Amino acid sequence: MLCGGRGFGRGGGHATVPFVAANPWFSWSYITQHASELLSATRQHVALTVWSVLVATCIAVPMAVVARRWGWSRGTILTGVGILYTIPSLALISVLQAYFGLRPITVEIALVGYALLIIVRNTLIGLDGVPAEVREAALGMGFGPTRLLTRVEIPLALPSIMAGIRVATVSTIALVTVGAIVGNGGLGGLILEGLNNLYRAEIMAAALGCVLLAFIADLLLLGLQRLVTPWTRRRAG
Amino acid sequence: MNTILGTWHWLTTAEHYRGTAGVPHRLLEHAVISGIAVGLAVLIALPLGLWLGHVGHGGAVAINVSNIGRAIPTFAILVLLATVPSLFGDAGAVLALLVFAIPPILTNAYVGMREVDPDVREAAVGMGMAGITLVRRVELPLALPLVAAGVRTATVQVVATATLAAYVGAGGLGRFIADGFGLQDTPMILSGAILVALLALVTEIGLGRLEVGLTPGRRRGSPPPGDAGQVRG
Repeated sequence: MLCGGRGFGRGGGHATVPFVAANPWFSWSYITQHASELLSATRQHVALTVWSVLVATCIAVPMAVVARRWGWSRGTILTGVGILYTIPSLALISVLQAYFGLRPITVEIALVGYALLIIVRNTLIGLDGVPAEVREAALGMGFGPTRLLTRVEIPLALPSIMAGIRVATVSTIALVTVGAIVGNGGLGGLILEGLNNLYRAEIMAAALGCVLLAFIADLLLLGLQRLVTPWTRRRAG
Repeated sequence: MNTILGTWHWLTTAEHYRGTAGVPHRLLEHAVISGIAVGLAVLIALPLGLWLGHVGHGGAVAINVSNIGRAIPTFAILVLLATVPSLFGDAGAVLALLVFAIPPILTNAYVGMREVDPDVREAAVGMGMAGITLVRRVELPLALPLVAAGVRTATVQVVATATLAAYVGAGGLGRFIADGFGLQDTPMILSGAILVALLALVTEIGLGRLEVGLTPGRRRGSPPPGDAGQVRG
């Protein structure tokens, strides 16, 4: 599987593979002829992204709340997610596949790990940005810690949290492609296949698909952000 | 359990540390590929970012470069470049890594220069400073924390992404992972993964220390700058 068996030597492997005469960088006919293949790869790409970002958000926001409420945990949490973020994706996915095998969950765990840092950090910035007067006013009105968090702090931090989710989503869409090495990379699978066939139109179609997906996802999330934080728009207008 | 023992055995076998396929040689390849890519990116992006920040133009370009960069999969660029016969291997890897090292350096240099307090800049101009002198004596020292963070971000990202380059025929520590998959040799894959993760962490921590040493005036308490345009690879 993969590049195995071909035995990529240093600069040697390609010499034995004849380049086909017509190897365009982009081809509409490739896209129209392989529409169903592209569509199912895209579907997997979207599923991996949505699942990972949702799970990461559900873990990261509480983590940031904990880091904010108990000061001593802040450094530990930020260092922890920072270390996770530093580990190269290929390394993390390789380790995970030894235990979880060539399944989507292997890629999903890695993607969640990488999205954590971005969302935790943005949520913390948002929570830190809640003015002390606002917090005091809420406490003065008799808000308990839970109500303060859910009714005042989280809503005020929402623009920053949403910004984090947007960045995390766009990076996740690009990163899903690496999952191809364990057979679950959405459009990345076509990139790897294109590498083995040295077929540029396939690689380019998959790459453009990723960029298009990232663009659409960012627009949709921007719309969602406007929808859930109508007050920021009113202030801006 | 067998996997862990196997990996330990792989890592402690002297044979794996000898020759051109040994760990020291792969580490050197990894360092050379990453070093050339970061060096070229600094040469291109740093003067451009500093200049754009100094004159105060092109902000949209400098910022958007990172946002667009984030959406393009590194893996795709590596593979696309590898389809050009003369670029298969180390040359293509360096070029792809270079493309992704430029945005964080460019964006941070620009933002760092723009964030210099306008009063300070005006005072310097009032004292008769202009052009290169202004940049060298006032703007650059004040922008240094962000500029340094951009270079650190780019370097850590390049070291991490250079691992993927093994799939397009380049050398480096990623070879253990790519070859390990080919040979279905799990201990080899895990050993490669551990070595690569260690290298990335050492680079991140080492450069972080260096950065703190170089920029004593860095504001405490504010979230660490950088990661502006970091792309995972």
